[in-house]
Amino acid sequence: MSVQTTDYTVSEIRSPAAFITSRVFIYGALVFWAFVCLFPIYWTITTSFKSAVDVTQGHLIPFVDFTPDWKGWRSLGLSPDSIFQTSTVRDEFFKRFMNSVITSVGASALAIIIGSLAAYGLVRYRYKFAWFRNEDISFFFLSQLILPPVVLALPFLVLYREVALLDTRIGLVLLYTLMVLPIVIWIMRDQFNSIPVELEEAALVDGLSIWGAFFRIVMPIALPGMVAAFILAMVLCWNEYFFAALLTSTDAKTIPVMVASQTGSQGINWWSMAALATAAIAPLAIIGIALERYLIMGMTAGSVK
Amino acid sequence: MAEHTSTANAWPANPADLIPQGRKRLGWGLLAAATLGLLAIIVVQILYKTEMSTIGFDTWRPVIYAYILWGAALGAWQVLTRGEDGQRALFLLPALLFTIAMVIFPTLFGFYIALTDWNLSSFAGRRFNGLDNFWQMLADPYYRNALFNMVLYVLAVLVEYVIAFGLALLLNAQIKARKFFRVVFLLPLMLSPVAVSWMVGKSLMEYRFGPAATLARHLGWDNPAFFSDPITARISIMMLDAWTFIPFMMIMLLAGLQAMSREVLEAARVDGATAWQTFWQVTFPLMLPVSVTAVILRIIFKLKLADIIITLTSGGPGGATDSVSSFIYREYRDRSNVGYGTMLAMAYLVIIVVFVTWLLKFASRFVRNVN
Repeated sequence: MSVQTTDYTVSEIRSPAAFITSRVFIYGALVFWAFVCLFPIYWTITTSFKSAVDVTQGHLIPFVDFTPDWKGWRSLGLSPDSIFQTSTVRDEFFKRFMNSVITSVGASALAIIIGSLAAYGLVRYRYKFAWFRNEDISFFFLSQLILPPVVLALPFLVLYREVALLDTRIGLVLLYTLMVLPIVIWIMRDQFNSIPVELEEAALVDGLSIWGAFFRIVMPIALPGMVAAFILAMVLCWNEYFFAALLTSTDAKTIPVMVASQTGSQGINWWSMAALATAAIAPLAIIGIALERYLIMGMTAGSVK
Repeated sequence: MAEHTSTANAWPANPADLIPQGRKRLGWGLLAAATLGLLAIIVVQILYKTEMSTIGFDTWRPVIYAYILWGAALGAWQVLTRGEDGQRALFLLPALLFTIAMVIFPTLFGFYIALTDWNLSSFAGRRFNGLDNFWQMLADPYYRNALFNMVLYVLAVLVEYVIAFGLALLLNAQIKARKFFRVVFLLPLMLSPVAVSWMVGKSLMEYRFGPAATLARHLGWDNPAFFSDPITARISIMMLDAWTFIPFMMIMLLAGLQAMSREVLEAARVDGATAWQTFWQVTFPLMLPVSVTAVILRIIFKLKLADIIITLTSGGPGGATDSVSSFIYREYRDRSNVGYGTMLAMAYLVIIVVFVTWLLKFASRFVRNVN
């Protein structure tokens, strides 16, 4: 996505007044939507530093409206003064956090491995599997995208209990892999299609095997696409709530489930809720800002020719 | 498993008869042994679970291990008996075996559960009851209501599309700090829907102190309760969901806009078209294929809508905001009604498969007719 600055927008505007009006409108709209996107995040972060009074009076600006305090973070055991003390809440939080990391990274990695292989095979070779041909197999994979989680959730609840995978991270990893596999195949098919086949032919002539050519020649070229698919898969797995809420109880609970179960008997502690929500969204927000290029690459794969 | 592969290109063919007989026999032997092993474990397990024998495992997990081993043997069989063609099949096998095991079997099992009366909280256990769940479903006003809500939620995609298109046009205009705005606009997509529904839905839109409610009061809405009457509650849910997913469509549309050829726009300008005319007669028709892809993908995601509703309203007030997924979730969570819940889910699956198939057909015809 290069920044194109052709002059057609400027030259089609006739008068300076109209030009200024359109500028004001465009920047006004941009700033307005930026505010819509950022304010909830700002609200979440500031609320984690508020005390009860500041929350219920709807104070907005730190140091002006209210004095920031580590209250929310202290309740999580993550404030400067409590970080070196033992805290059961913090242990709980780290356990959930690690569950989320392991399930989302594990599922994304597994999906990338088997998804890339399948996508490569489907792009480069002709298969005939009984009466199924390449197009049918591709359709079979991509059609999994419309399968709503609720269809699989109850059968899996029963099956997982039978195979002792209920409330385990590996069980979640398998389901999340299934969930993101169609997207990975979709992105990687696009990637492999853009690699000229002559490269592999040359590699085969040089004596590499089919798999050697794949690992030594194709994989390095397709790496950016793999990163894109991996990040998109990460986002989906990290935020997944439905399966996690149904299939985990104590051991494998992930961050979203922990966030959702924060209602105490004495109402909601907004400051600790906000701190927890901040911690839950921070990793992806950082990844999103740092690797935005790949994220966009993944989302636009195959949609624009 | 008759599987034939051939290269799409004129690569040197590797005739199967070059493979020595001994290697082929080894491959077949391996496959036969693995298949027998898998079947044996299944039979032993069935006998054990039906209490016809005392030898067996506590759980069915060994069957999974046996399936993985069988998959490995299948791959080895392919390579041993078919050489290079087998190596090509190896690319596809892991994903195929994985998806078949994870989708086909549970779905078939789901159809069976759907025909049983099975409540986890009662002691009676599972009992086959034929189509009883189906008739109960047809008479269930809450399920119909949830389906009706899904129609509304899907229609809301059109509004999201208009906003996303507007944002994409803004980002495609000649502006400064384009990268900054793009990152900011993308952020909502990264946030966990559960955290969003708590911090936005329950806190920011809180009746007494939430800034959104305060703002609404300033704008003249006396009683800014976002989730108490059915229509407002639906709109609030739609807005929250739109907030997280608009970036998704926006990015696809932006990519489409940037891929558009400059010459066409230039030509329209030379012909004296106004910006408004250029948009409707040039930009919009050219963007139609991308738009259709974006809208269909968004609808597919929308059909899975659940997280926000489960955490924010639990379907309330009175089921007004229920999506099918959140309704079934509560059917299971609150009433432990596995049999009936599964019937609802399977019916939903059939409905959306028909709907999405129709949508794809309709969309491709629509794009062809306009262009």
